[in-house]
Amino acid sequence: MSLEPGRPRPEPTPETRHFWDGAREGKLLLQRCKDTGKAYFPPRPFSPYTGSRNVEVFEASGRATLHSYVIHHRPVPGFKPPYAIAVVELEEGPRMMTNIVDCPQTPEALVLDMKLEVAFTKMDDEITLPLFRPAKGA
Amino acid sequence: MTIKPGEIAIVGAAESTRIGTVPDMSQIMLHADAALNAMADAGLKPSDIDGFACVGPMMPQQLVHYLGITPKWVDGTGVGGCSFMLHVRHAAAAIHAGYCSTVLITHGESGKSRINATPRPPEPQSLQGQFEMPFGPMGPPTLFPIPVLRYMKTYNVTHEHLAQVAVVQREWAAKNPRAAFRDPITIEDVLNSRMIAYPFRLLQCCLVTDGGGALILTSADRAKDFPQKPVYILGSGESAEATMVSQMQDFTSSRAFRVAGPEAFRMAGIKHGDVDHLMIYDAFAHLPLYGLEDLGFVERGAAKDFIWEGHTRPGGKLPLNTNGGGLSYTHTGMYGMFALQESVRQVRGIAPAQVPGVEISVCHGVGGMFSASGTVVLSNQRP
Repeated sequence: MSLEPGRPRPEPTPETRHFWDGAREGKLLLQRCKDTGKAYFPPRPFSPYTGSRNVEVFEASGRATLHSYVIHHRPVPGFKPPYAIAVVELEEGPRMMTNIVDCPQTPEALVLDMKLEVAFTKMDDEITLPLFRPAKGA
Repeated sequence: MTIKPGEIAIVGAAESTRIGTVPDMSQIMLHADAALNAMADAGLKPSDIDGFACVGPMMPQQLVHYLGITPKWVDGTGVGGCSFMLHVRHAAAAIHAGYCSTVLITHGESGKSRINATPRPPEPQSLQGQFEMPFGPMGPPTLFPIPVLRYMKTYNVTHEHLAQVAVVQREWAAKNPRAAFRDPITIEDVLNSRMIAYPFRLLQCCLVTDGGGALILTSADRAKDFPQKPVYILGSGESAEATMVSQMQDFTSSRAFRVAGPEAFRMAGIKHGDVDHLMIYDAFAHLPLYGLEDLGFVERGAAKDFIWEGHTRPGGKLPLNTNGGGLSYTHTGMYGMFALQESVRQVRGIAPAQVPGVEISVCHGVGGMFSASGTVVLSNQRP
């Protein structure tokens, strides 16, 4: 799948660069608080649970479930309405906003808690977006 | 000394002369128009004001210069549409602390005509710019309803339940000559209106209007010298959670609501049964449901039935959003000021859809997409 031109482009910062570098290489990188063992997102070089800087980057499984979404019916540059703006819950716990691809953008097809898997989609040479699609065999 | 319930009062309150479509006023003039009306209401001049608060994009220094005010206390707290609830809370604390004696809080927004309104899309380097904007949100209608399907699944809420919120608020708006939409609507009308962002349709989304509002606060001891009956501030609360709706902890409940609301009740020393009138900022149809539950008026998941059974409509036991709300009255972008204005009118006994015998009103605001919250408890009786 390829992206329509005009989609807003994220600009990595020093604290998020590893996430976007990982996505470009096909890896969904999260961070974990080493004191509590809990994963978190979005990226930051310290634990939102304890305030400790004792954290590490790790590769997530890419498996998720559909937590909630809207289906937008109005035109937006870079998108063909109707399109779903979704929030998925990763297997490791954190949630992230994304789009669901390889799936009709309808309430009938987009069922809450359905199993999903990450579908990395190239935007340009630097940015690859972690989109999600229905999990194979689900 | 801790601030006491009723120690500070609202002695001036007004909206801009016109609301809705006001193409002949820029954003700063909507602030000023409301401020002049509130000062007239309180019998004050700009030289009587020594504290000032407003929310960006308009900075306090722009307004104090424009209005001719020399403040010795300034607050530019900006957490979205509930900023005014926080301003009231902060102003009460400042007056209690002796930092100033008479505070003016203003709002003006050219939300529809967009004269000197400054839309600010998230920077591509911000966390929202990196982790939400690339997936196609376009303003609040695409973001605020994101948790709704999860809420619906968790508590068996139907599309009809969510339509009923808009129907009931239109019943209140029908009684209000200043409301933008006054014609009665049915559940079918709501469910047949244009789809905006499933599950929400046009009539479940707030208006976009021009308008302004202003409040004047002083100590209750001085308040008896003012022309209007004082509206006492019994308590208040505030909190914040996340800028990104995708990162709210629980999609079926707002943490910011659950902190701000109970704190306001605790400070006021009131119970839910004491509340005669309630405002819950309704940018979209799910907000009153979350508010009723998170403020503890009903159990989690019970708000849908509470509204369905008619308890919030005219004649119900808990009149809610009696101006018609953001769905039918007006919504400039930061509606919290208008919710406060309606609470003041109800407590003064002068609202267009006046509820008989209101003594205590709770006014609850949201900022951003469940990003922040402020709650204020008002009364016409000083405890």
